[in-house]
This record gives sequence, structure tokens and C-alpha cells, in this order.
Amino acid sequence: MTDLGTVQDTVRNNVQAPALQTPSQTVGPFYGYALPYERGPQLVPGHHPHAIRFHGTVTDGAGQPILDALLEVWQADETGTLVQKLGSCDRDGFTFTGFGRAPTSIAGEYTFTTVKPGSVAGRAPYVLVTVFARGVTHHLFTRAYFPEDSALHASDPVLTTVPADRRGTLISIAEPAIAGTPSYRFDIRLQGENETVFLDFDA
Amino acid sequence: MPHDIRSAPARGSGRESQDSITAEMIAIETDAAARVARGGSPELHPRRDYAPYRSSLLRHPTHELVRVDPEEVERVSPAFGHTDVNSLESDLTIQHSGEPIGERMTVGGRVLDGEGRPVRHQLVELWQANAGGRYVHKRDQHPAPLDPNFTGVGRVITGDNGEYSFTTIKPGPYPWKNHVNAWRPAHIHFSLFGTAFTQRLITQMYFPGDPLFALDPIYQSIADPAARARLVGAYDHSLSVPEFSLGYRWDIVLTGPKSTWMESEEAHD
Repeated sequence: MTDLGTVQDTVRNNVQAPALQTPSQTVGPFYGYALPYERGPQLVPGHHPHAIRFHGTVTDGAGQPILDALLEVWQADETGTLVQKLGSCDRDGFTFTGFGRAPTSIAGEYTFTTVKPGSVAGRAPYVLVTVFARGVTHHLFTRAYFPEDSALHASDPVLTTVPADRRGTLISIAEPAIAGTPSYRFDIRLQGENETVFLDFDA
Repeated sequence: MPHDIRSAPARGSGRESQDSITAEMIAIETDAAARVARGGSPELHPRRDYAPYRSSLLRHPTHELVRVDPEEVERVSPAFGHTDVNSLESDLTIQHSGEPIGERMTVGGRVLDGEGRPVRHQLVELWQANAGGRYVHKRDQHPAPLDPNFTGVGRVITGDNGEYSFTTIKPGPYPWKNHVNAWRPAHIHFSLFGTAFTQRLITQMYFPGDPLFALDPIYQSIADPAARARLVGAYDHSLSVPEFSLGYRWDIVLTGPKSTWMESEEAHD
């Protein structure tokens, strides 16, 4: 039975799949000594001339902040290039690698320091955000777009796939700059009212 | 607050019995098996909405995920390498002045993509409890002893054939508060990257024959028995090191990646 279902999947997708996927399991609550690392949330230093603050709160279906979530961001650089540079785990303070990792605080808040990604292939810029947490059995992918790019949003293949009344959950909110540094808020609601749109790339 | 023994404990109160949790797990697995019997595909991953794991109740999306094609951002992955990870970080038994207590193990295998090709030069992170079932974490209040010689954290970059190897000690099972007398089977947490960010995976490796499997809502959150069995490492005598450690083999298979499916003909056979 198991093999039959897999064969059907393979035929449908017209791909070869000789190896069966290893299933996901929750990150659990005890990753604290393993996954967060020094300057993980700082894709660029705060004094970078184009630094932005990218932050928000992660909440559950009761609206309560989730204080043991772990977020990862992955994005293009300012020119829209996906760089392939080492050094995400041991930052030198100058090399932009495009990857960042931040645990939520006891208030359920996360903050990254980064640059706004450039447009990739003419599309609306976005940050890919991955959410891990105790109680989340399989990580959740979402995208954070930027509010000033509304012209590009109108033709974006993902935003236009999402029902209009939920589209706003994928667009960050511009806030007043902090000492000249632009700030964007991207709250993530795992469940309930204004539930964030999560994406499945395994179509 | 008075405790009314006549009423069943509330869902998620932590006061429910193993029997009631087990009954829920069996009902879900029975439902999943019936779907497969009707021609559905087995579930490859855990259900995000898996009520027996009480922490999932308020932490799963209620809307279907929106299926979209990955763009370039999702089709590539960060690069990690020798500037990120020291080669000594794959040995969890040499991080302190003394030897950790426990059964020393060598855990190794390969990281592969969905077509069986090696995931080369990518980051593998690992964390685990000590031999007594205790994590070095301020929110782990399980009254088992901490081991001053064991932090339980390692990292490695995969080799040219996707291979990885860690030296560690066997973690102990530990209690948690999902329900009364809830115990996690011994496990090691793994974090993996592929060549595309869509392949990102965090999971857990278990040990063969653990009597706690049938009782554990995290392991059982994968409704397909064959799929969850893929999380169990195998004792492999060829990985055991004489006079030193017992060997366990665990290969990890990531999804896709879509970006390379087109070139599968030349890469295979």
C-alpha cells in the first residue's frame, strides 16, 4: 500500500524518487544551546548605512506570544543576488551571507538587522521566513514583502495566488525610522484571526 | 481551585492519562491507514494539527498551506563551510575537561536529496539530552543530574559524498508534561540544510526497539508507520569503533530539490 501511493505520486509529478523523505519532527523547546548563535540575527551590523530593522511578534491561536519559537530568514542582497558566501555562523561583520537566525524573546518578539533585498528577476522583493517552535511539528514557510512595492505586488505570482483578504499577512508594515534606520514590522500569527499565510513549495 | 475527580481532565491540562492519549493516536492512525487503503498517498510528514501532541493545538495553521512554485530565493540555500564550523565540533565528548558519562556512540550516515544524490558540504547541527535525560537548558527542570562534561551540542559540514559522523553518548529518555507519565523516547535532534531552502529540515533520530515509541505523541505525529520508522537509526557494527564506541547509522533524505529535477537524467544511472 505504501509503495503504491508513492508510485502514484511519482507518476503524477513525473519525477524519479528512489529515496523516501525523512519526516520532520518538532524543534522542541530545548534547542537553546544548539541553534541560536552570536550575531545570528544580524545579517548586517546596525551601523551599516542601509541597515533595516526587520522584526515582529509570533503569536499562537489564543493570541499569546510564543516565547520559544526560532525564526530563520533567507534573502537576496541589495542588488537582488542570492550570494553563496560562507560565514553565516561566524560572522566577520562585513560579509553579507543572506541567512539569519533568531529565537523569540520572552515577549515572543524577534528582531533581525538586515538590508532590504533587491528585486530578483524583476519580481517584488521579499524575505523568506521559516518558523520553528515547540508544538510546530513541521516548520512553516512564509514570505515578508515590503509595503512600498505595491506596484510589483499586483502582478506577483504568489501574492495573486493568495486570497485577497489574507494577502496583507504577507506584507510587512513600515514603521517610523529609528535614528535614521528604517523599521519594518512583520507579525506572525500561527493560528486564528489574521492567521499568517504559510506556503508549501512542494507542489 | 477544587479538583473534581468525577470530570475527565480537560484537553491540554496535562492531567490526561496515557490511555486517553494513546486512544486518540490510534484513532488518527486508523483514519490515515483507511485513506491509504482508498488509494491516498501515505503521509510523509507529521500532521501539523495533531491533537495528542497538546502543544500543537494552538500552534498549527487552520488554513491550508498555499501551494506555490519556488522562485530563485527558495531554490538556493545558504552556503556553509570551514569558516562556520570547526572540525572538532563533531565530537560531543571532548568539549569539557573530562569524559561525559554514558554509552559512547558514533552516529553517522549520509545526507541525500530526494533523488538519492549526496548533499555535499552542507551544515548539520545536532543537540541532545545527556545520558540521564537532561538538557542543558534553563527551562528543562527534569530532576536528573546535569553532566558537567556534556553540553550535548555538535555541528559538522557534510563531506563529498554527503557523509557526516558525530561522536557522542547515548541520550536518555525523559519525562515531559504533555499528559500524566509522558516520556519521550531517547532521541537526537538534527537540523539540516539542502541545496535549496525548500529542503530545510529539522527532525529527530531515534534508537531501535524503543518501548516508548507507541506511547509518544511526537513520534506518532507521523501517521504512516513506514514514514516514522525512517527516523530510527540502525545499529551498524561497521561504525562501531573497537574499545571505544557503538555505531549507529542514519541516512537522512531531504525533499527535492526542484531546481535540479530537470537534470535528473544525466545525474542518475
